This record gives sequence, structure tokens and C-alpha cells, in this order.
Amino acid sequence: MIEYALLFAMGCFGIGLLFNLWRIARGPNPADRILSLDTMVINVIALLVLYGIFRETQIYYEAAMLVAMVGFVSTVAYSRFILRGDIIE
Amino acid sequence: MALWLEIIVSVFLVIGGVFGIVGSFGLVKLRDSMQRLHAPTKATTLGVGGVLIASMIYFGAIKGTLSFHELLITLFLFLTAPITANFIAKSFMARNMKPTDLPDTTRPYGWSVYDDPPGDTEMQEDARLED
Repeated sequence: MIEYALLFAMGCFGIGLLFNLWRIARGPNPADRILSLDTMVINVIALLVLYGIFRETQIYYEAAMLVAMVGFVSTVAYSRFILRGDIIE
Repeated sequence: MALWLEIIVSVFLVIGGVFGIVGSFGLVKLRDSMQRLHAPTKATTLGVGGVLIASMIYFGAIKGTLSFHELLITLFLFLTAPITANFIAKSFMARNMKPTDLPDTTRPYGWSVYDDPPGDTEMQEDARLED
């Protein structure tokens, strides 16, 4: 039963990644693109955790934690660059 | 692994997947940029939260000891989601809105997107007076 639930969740987050890619390509202004990239990072975290359950190993937990931190820093840096024209003043 | 644990893990996985796809679909479906800010920052953190709780229960069941370090990612996302939403909204305001469109702040200083922070200007004026 867990296998089917895993496949369902992986499919959901994969389709979500495709939706985010469409919004990045289409997005009328930079804020939409930053938001899509941030959502992409969150979907990738969920996919990493799901893959860890699929392989029955906890190694991917560290990878998910690192992706979460790098994603937050990159989102803040990108919006700060648009906001002030500079990342660290 | 007991059947009731498998059912609980599967329910959390399905809830996480549904919330994840709803968050990403809202990014496509909603019309306005400020509306689109609503969908992913709430629903996707709930989706990741469901997946991480499922992972916690699953590894607790197959290893015999329940560990809570998966909740660190959820805690980190809960802490950072409002900050990223605030920054994205501010960058949208800086690019697409004029200060005359916004209501008055009813404070001695203006909106932080367009004006310098009040502490900074006072310090600059003090430095100017000392010069």
C-alpha cells in the first residue's frame, strides 16, 4: 500500500514541478519567477524525502536539509537583488 | 510492519501529495501576481509537512525508534516561508507599484519598500549636523 501512495505522491510533486516550469517560462514579472523557483525548491525537498522512503535509507534527509537552506538563501538573495540592486549593502 | 501503521503512512503521503499539487496548480491558475503569492507559500509547506511526518512514522516503524529530526526541515520551512513571501511581495511592489497607489502609513516615515529605514535617516541627519 505504501508503494502506491509513494508513487501517487511522487507523481503529484512531479506534475507540480512541471506547473512551476510553465510559470517560470510564462511569468509576466520577476516576482512570479522567484516564487516559482522557491516552489520548485520545496517540491524538490519533498521528492528527496519521498525517494529516501522509496530506497529505505535516511541519507537523503541531509540532502533535503541542505537543499532547504540553499533554497532559502538563494530566494532571499534574488529578491534582494531586484529590490535594492545589490545583495549585501 | 503493522497494517495500521501502513495506513497512517499512506494517508499522510496522499495528503502531502494532494497539498503539493494544489500549491503548484494555484501558481498556474490564479490571475494576479499578488494572488499567486498565496498558493505555494501555504499549501506546499503543508505538503512537505505531510511527507515529512509520513517519513518520520515510517522510519520510526522500521527502525523501532521514533526520531524527530525530520521535523527540523518542517520547522525550517515554517520559519522561512513568511520571510520569503515578504521579500517576494516587496520585490513585486518595488517593480510594479507606485508609492502614490498605496494608502498612507499614518506614521512619520513612509513605506519601507521605497524609503530608507527611519533609524538610518536619523543617524544620517545626526552625522550631517555634526559635520
